[in-house]
Amino acid sequence: MTFFSVMRATLGKDLRIEWRSKDAMNAMLFFALLVVVIFSFSFDPTAEESRRIAGGLVWVAFLFAAVVALNQTWARELRNQVLDAYRVSPAPANALFLAKVFGNFLFVALLEALMTPLFVVFYNLRAVGPVFQLPLVALFGTWAIVVNGTFFAAMSLRTRSREIMLPLLLFPITIPALLGMVEATSAILTGEFSARFWIVLLAVYDVVFTTGCALFFETVLHGE
Amino acid sequence: MKRVFPILAVLTAGLLSYGLYAALVLAPTEQTMGNVQRIFYYHVPSAWTAFCLFFINLVASIVYLVRRNSHADALALASAEVGVVFCSVVLVTGPIWARPVWGIWWTWDLRLTLTLVLWLIYVSYLMLRRFSSSGQTPVMAAVLAILGALDVPLVYFSIWFFRTQHPQPVIGGGGSIDPRMLHVLLWNWLAFMCLGALVCWSRFHLEMLTRQVEETQALESMLTAGGTR
Repeated sequence: MTFFSVMRATLGKDLRIEWRSKDAMNAMLFFALLVVVIFSFSFDPTAEESRRIAGGLVWVAFLFAAVVALNQTWARELRNQVLDAYRVSPAPANALFLAKVFGNFLFVALLEALMTPLFVVFYNLRAVGPVFQLPLVALFGTWAIVVNGTFFAAMSLRTRSREIMLPLLLFPITIPALLGMVEATSAILTGEFSARFWIVLLAVYDVVFTTGCALFFETVLHGE
Repeated sequence: MKRVFPILAVLTAGLLSYGLYAALVLAPTEQTMGNVQRIFYYHVPSAWTAFCLFFINLVASIVYLVRRNSHADALALASAEVGVVFCSVVLVTGPIWARPVWGIWWTWDLRLTLTLVLWLIYVSYLMLRRFSSSGQTPVMAAVLAILGALDVPLVYFSIWFFRTQHPQPVIGGGGSIDPRMLHVLLWNWLAFMCLGALVCWSRFHLEMLTRQVEETQALESMLTAGGTR
């Protein structure tokens, strides 16, 4: 089994399970919808205000919703001792990790694609700055959430009450990335300043943490 | 250990009393800020001590991952716990000073945010250690400590992009400080470092003892189980 065949098999399996059950997707979508609605009527902003705060609201909603999906990624592997079987097999650990990251990335990206129109509707959003930068921010930002989230979800598998543990580990480390996403999005929506620095920061964050997580995943998977 | 510990304790008590006296009496009163500025002799030494302890935690975590040495793990735990305490002191004394001087309790400035994020990361580190099941705790904690350290430069650059409001660092930052104030500051730092080392040491010792007790108990229950069979 080569690296890529393991990766393809794991990713295919995850996508197939999700396609049939739609557990993670439904939970995430409904959760994000609730966050949008609750934020919308608790702030009730004007168009000018909402352009300033939307960056923060959007990414906080996506981060919270992503945690819902991330909590389920590894729980699935615990049933029937799949993870233990993986541990004793000679398959490369990082193939499993990257497959999980890509799977989660697809789920969260799909969520964002579906939720963004809703945000536009509820907050009367219209970007003043360069819109073509937004997909780039979404790409790097989502990757940052997902790569760390998948890693820390694997880490919190060994803890008591793991569902609570994931956000406790993920949020402090994600602060610079979250700041980057929020600032870049606000910059693009208001058009008041350039988003370039924040996009570069996000890219650097992604490179650093993808490398770091890939380096340590095997240690975390094997534990002792 | 038994002989050195009381000596160090007495030395620390002496240094801390001298530090308090120097900060309240010996140090000149600052021209614009007045007596509020004297909190600086607690704020800055606590910050330096906390950062030193977090650095020790990082080194101990790396050593643990390479060597799998249980002493390194106990040291990482002790330094993180004591570091969080000192960092909390920094985060409490800062706003007390900032309110009369800046007119605000808190601002999202470079050093403030960095300290807060560091504090959050290390609190999550301690939470992980508390929630984790015993066998894998040291490995997970060590990995988290290293990832947390990777985060620090990124936080630094992200906040650096905003204009910073905190007074420039007085040592090596081009700022000028009265030599008498510097003297008091450095004595206080020495006192705080001694206190940090003392508490860290006893915590380390306690952790090693706890582990010995746990091991002995496990062995004992194993032996009694074998005896009854």
